Amino acid sequence: MRIAIAEDSVLLRQGLTLLLAEAGHEIVAAEGDAEGFLRAVAASKPDVCVVDVRMPPTFTDEGLRAALLVRDQWPDIGVLVLSQWVEERYATELIAGRPHGVGYLLKDRVADVAEFLDALRRVAEGGSAFDPEVVAQLLARSRHPLVSLTPREREVLALMAEGRSNSAIATALVVGGGAVEKHVNNIFTKLGLAPGERDHRRVLAALRYLGMG
Amino acid sequence: MFLFRDLVSPRTWLAFTHNVTGFVIGIAAFVVVITGITVGTALAPIGLVGLPILGLTLRFADGLAVVERARFAVLLGRRIPAWPADPRRGYRWLLIPRRATFTGRATWGEIGYALLRLPVGLAAMVVTVCVWAVGLVAFTLPLYGWALPGGSASIDGTALRGPLVQAASVVAGVLLLLAAPQLTRGLATADAFITLRLLKAPSGLAARITELEISRERVVDAAGAERLRIERDLHDGAQQRLVALAMELGRAKAKFADDVDGARDLVDQAHAEAKAALTDLRELVRGVHPPVLTDRGLDAALSGLAARCPVPVAMHVDVPVRPKASVEAVAYFLVAETLTNVAKHARASQVNVVVEGQGFPGTLTIVISDDGIGGADKAGAGLSGLASRVAGVDGSLTVESPSGGPTIISAVLPCG
Repeated sequence: MRIAIAEDSVLLRQGLTLLLAEAGHEIVAAEGDAEGFLRAVAASKPDVCVVDVRMPPTFTDEGLRAALLVRDQWPDIGVLVLSQWVEERYATELIAGRPHGVGYLLKDRVADVAEFLDALRRVAEGGSAFDPEVVAQLLARSRHPLVSLTPREREVLALMAEGRSNSAIATALVVGGGAVEKHVNNIFTKLGLAPGERDHRRVLAALRYLGMG
Repeated sequence: MFLFRDLVSPRTWLAFTHNVTGFVIGIAAFVVVITGITVGTALAPIGLVGLPILGLTLRFADGLAVVERARFAVLLGRRIPAWPADPRRGYRWLLIPRRATFTGRATWGEIGYALLRLPVGLAAMVVTVCVWAVGLVAFTLPLYGWALPGGSASIDGTALRGPLVQAASVVAGVLLLLAAPQLTRGLATADAFITLRLLKAPSGLAARITELEISRERVVDAAGAERLRIERDLHDGAQQRLVALAMELGRAKAKFADDVDGARDLVDQAHAEAKAALTDLRELVRGVHPPVLTDRGLDAALSGLAARCPVPVAMHVDVPVRPKASVEAVAYFLVAETLTNVAKHARASQVNVVVEGQGFPGTLTIVISDDGIGGADKAGAGLSGLASRVAGVDGSLTVESPSGGPTIISAVLPCG
């Protein structure tokens, strides 16, 4: 994949570049501020970009705003936002409008390289990747009561909202694919969502239900 | 007629008792305080001896003020409001007065009162007793005059003899006795007025200054305690983990040459340690001031708290206009701290958090209730720390936590 990076910390920028290059990806740009990053994206049209939320000059949410710009201007470019802290509110802003090809993860998750690369691949392919912490916040602040769900179904809903496929959910919960399918159908029935939605569209359904988008 | 009724009215005789006991107390107070202050000040250069004597004297004045407030309430029905409890005014090791005890207005009001008690009490007692005694003596003169040496009473050698003089004496006695109740009560009222000046907590502006001084002090203390907590958290958490991480990596480095599998295990451990250190640091920063609070406000920041609380939280946040940053920070801290307490102590199955803003400048109301076992200690470090933070932005904190629950903690913070 061709990847653009926006990260103001030199140490992390180099680390990310090395990590992604070692995994066989091409780094087309590695910028330290939002402006340079947007120019680089316009010039090189990467498959996916990795963006830090806090960057100069104000160190608040420049990265997030840059990510939103990329999302609006180039719908085909996947956007994975990394942050030292994840917040349900930022995730909501990020998926509003275009809920596919986006991701939002804690920087810590980079440490689990294989999982991080998997999330990046999902985002590049038009799927989504949301941090378990974001999903936990969404569940805690859900507009709708989730009392009708069994604890297992809540777990499946959380993993689904993170953007994982059925087989990934089956692996995470150490159950068979059929069992996951059954849980997913139960969840959709109980929450009154249209059944049969597949892959990232059902992620959207789950997130919408929880109050995002 | 009312003049006669006053003669037997309980109010009159309570005031009489007040005027007489005031003098007796005055003697004791004067002797103790004058001696204590003189000896204590003289010996103050030898701190070990002088300061405890001064301390004892001030404590005596404190106690006297308490007794006197009770005496005025019981005998005259007059309430003399006490000063608000001031944590700065106190004594080290029960005897050594703190600096604020010396400089406080309350202290010098009490000392001044203890010293004035004697002259005021003396005047009130002498006038009261004289007017009653002389009135009684003059009124009853015809009854006992004949039995006196010389067959009559005399003033400066002039004998009071003859029916006319005796009648005049009776009339004078009646007049004095009729005036005596008014005089007795009047003196008691004057006494109460002087006492009020010395012992009453100041009102209005002066009271506000005292309140601000106290809250400022508490905020400074709370900030210090917070720094200490951060230092301890860093030391016990991230720092230890980083040390362990460095050690494991060091050991792995040494092992790579001859024990690759062992080295790989150590690197795995180091990896886990590093991730745990990151989590510790993130939690710590969130506890201090989450960045999202500045960026997106209270509503967004509280989501993180709700997700982290092991007890299910129902959150209702309605803050149409963002209050100023300091108020937001206190509100966030209040909810964070309370949810931590609920998780630790309340054994609750559900927490409700309601945050409502009423415009700007208006107030921000925060109510946190749980269905736990109650019995939260208002004087404990946690809740009194919260009260300090809330007082620091001029807010008020109410804690209702009967044993057996439920606990309701509510705060009203001014936004402007």
